[in-house]
Amino acid sequence: MDNKLFGLAALFNTPDEIIKAAEAAKSAGYKKFDVNTPYPVHGMDKAMGLKPSTVGFVTLFFGFSAAAFIMFFMWWTLASNYPLIIGGKPNFPLPAFIPITFETTVLIGSVATFLSIIALYFSLPTNSHPLHDSEYMKAVSTDKYGIVIEAEDPLFNKTQTDKFLRELNPSSIEEIYYPEKIIYPLFAPKFILFLVVVAILVSGSTYVTLNTLLYVTPYDWMSVQDKVNPESKSEFFSDGFGMRKPVAGTVARGFIPYPYLGQAAPKEVLTNPLLPTEDVLALGKRKFNTFCSPCHGYTADGDSRLRGQFPSPPTLHTDKVRNYPDGMIYHIITNGQNAMPSYAYQVSREERWAIINYVRVLQRAKNARPNDLVEINKESEK
Amino acid sequence: MTTNDSGYIRKDLPVKIGNIGMILLASGIIFGIFGFITNPERAAFSYLPTFMFLLSISVGSLFWVALEYLAGAEWSVPFRRVAEFLSTIIPLLIILVIPLLMHMKDLFIWMNPVAVASSKVLQGKEPYLNYSFFLIRVIGFCIIWVIFYFIFIRNSRKQDITGEQGLTKNNVIFSGIFMPVFAYTITFSAVDWLMSLAPLWFSTIFGAYLFSGAVWSSLAAITFISIKLKENGYLHPKVNENHYYSLGTLLFAFTVFWAYIAFSQYMLIWYADLPEESFWFLHRWTGGWSLLSIIVIITHFIVPFGALLSFPSKTNTGRLKFISIWILVAHYIDLYWLIMPSLYVNGKVYMFSWLDIVFPVGAVGLIMVVFNWSARRYNLIPIRDPKLQKAFNFRI
Repeated sequence: MDNKLFGLAALFNTPDEIIKAAEAAKSAGYKKFDVNTPYPVHGMDKAMGLKPSTVGFVTLFFGFSAAAFIMFFMWWTLASNYPLIIGGKPNFPLPAFIPITFETTVLIGSVATFLSIIALYFSLPTNSHPLHDSEYMKAVSTDKYGIVIEAEDPLFNKTQTDKFLRELNPSSIEEIYYPEKIIYPLFAPKFILFLVVVAILVSGSTYVTLNTLLYVTPYDWMSVQDKVNPESKSEFFSDGFGMRKPVAGTVARGFIPYPYLGQAAPKEVLTNPLLPTEDVLALGKRKFNTFCSPCHGYTADGDSRLRGQFPSPPTLHTDKVRNYPDGMIYHIITNGQNAMPSYAYQVSREERWAIINYVRVLQRAKNARPNDLVEINKESEK
Repeated sequence: MTTNDSGYIRKDLPVKIGNIGMILLASGIIFGIFGFITNPERAAFSYLPTFMFLLSISVGSLFWVALEYLAGAEWSVPFRRVAEFLSTIIPLLIILVIPLLMHMKDLFIWMNPVAVASSKVLQGKEPYLNYSFFLIRVIGFCIIWVIFYFIFIRNSRKQDITGEQGLTKNNVIFSGIFMPVFAYTITFSAVDWLMSLAPLWFSTIFGAYLFSGAVWSSLAAITFISIKLKENGYLHPKVNENHYYSLGTLLFAFTVFWAYIAFSQYMLIWYADLPEESFWFLHRWTGGWSLLSIIVIITHFIVPFGALLSFPSKTNTGRLKFISIWILVAHYIDLYWLIMPSLYVNGKVYMFSWLDIVFPVGAVGLIMVVFNWSARRYNLIPIRDPKLQKAFNFRI
């Protein structure tokens, strides 16, 4: 092999031998050596001359940081930024926060310790170690006890170190080399394709699994009922429609059909059912001013603000209109005439008749007879 | 001098230990009796924490003896005799309890027929909290502990002479029986002696609370005494810092365990905020008692936690000795905090009494006398224990 030598590894059969080997390596002056055993061997730290690990300080630092952070976070969210009262307790209830602080401290402390050990031993970003995949590692992870002296050690000399290890009577000695460096480019087309395929497979299978195979209808007792929905198909009716047409001749409640609808010049018309009482005239005036006056004007002279901007609305004081029966005016309001649309939807039947009574009042006011004055005087004398 | 192949050389403890212990014990007894004559009520109040302290140390030590057998622990074998000697106080508990049984009316409000007649809750609890049943429980528990004490001690000492390994096996079986018995007796002792001082109050975790304190303080006593013995050459020379590290780790673990139990008890009561539970803590948070509550938190948890956290603090015997004494004092303060506020209710004003010093001093004297008496008769190391050699080879 042309690869660089990582170190020499020796295997032993008993924990006592490995302790002795570690002590020998220490006293021989080796600094860069490590011991691998299937389980923690008591007393190994002392035999190797290891100082107490400083990883504990990483745990301490991250534990305290996590405790401080989570305390600050709970204070900020629940007492400062959006103060909440929970269970009648103060905004900053310390006893209730202690379990969360404790859990966060333990979690962050242990995760940070784990990650820092990984980072230190693998010397990240490397993700492999020369000892991986070696026969030595297979042996020490089952039933052997191994020591490896690294080539980086200043005292390391291949022949002399080999001799030193052989004097300890190991069961075997192995030369460990750095593995060949293989670079896997991140944007290789194969890799990208692989990611795409994985993404499709994962999302597709997840969709099918969750939405089809494992789909459970949630609370549907309101949307699903034993009745015919107007919008849906029906098996029961021969025409297949869930929504039924009303029986011929059905009339909506409160609806009275207008018999002359759509006729331009009806041969006969309705008669006015209302008497021109004060209430009827007041209603007629209000509705006339609302719906009729925009075109016909307040006095029905056809002199509204629309004059000149629109086909000029006609005056209602012509002889023709004055001679119309009430039913004809009703017919025009209901049906529309020329540019005037139907007002059947805006103005109710009763309101239409009231408007007609009011129009008659306006017409009479424009065409007063001499004895009307006498009548008015009589009225005022009362 | 016993001949043995373990390398243990038996030496008698200096005479002054017995003498000092005798002086402390005698002064404690004399002043205590004087206190009981002049002010019986206050003396009973002051005596209860000391009695509970001795109960914690002795029964807790018996727990450690049983735990070592049951768990098959090897490293702790050299310290087992220390725990056994401390549990020699158990037979004396039957005598030590007499002053309390004579002053039940001063201590327990449920002994007062007028108070019981006016409270429906106390009437409901009467089938449990009455004098005769209380007496049966107290004496019964003491007898149970004494029986187990004699079983463990007899087998352990017989082994020193015969070296028979079956004795260890017997003790393992009896430890298995003792553990549930211990759990029930210590729980009901806590309810009887401490919780029933405020009979309207209840907390289901209270037995575990006393257990954690008792086990913690007895371990501190074992640690302190074994370090003292080792420093003066009475223990086996092969006992080393690996063993003390393990003792320190256990002390640390039980510091946290006590805090866990105490905080669980507090937080649940605080959160539910029910008047029938929270008054107990509220009472300990009014007036001067709040200061004592803070002292309990600091001495019982914060200081031991910080002091035992690092690796060197558990291997440095000087620091371990200091923290062991600290823990013993903290446990006494904790018991004082549990007991005293419950006795000063309904307008009774608390005053510190010289009796609060006298009784603990007498208790220290009693421990010294009993330990000295045991150490003069028996080996400080179980020399023929089958696990002893493994214990000496123990490395962390």
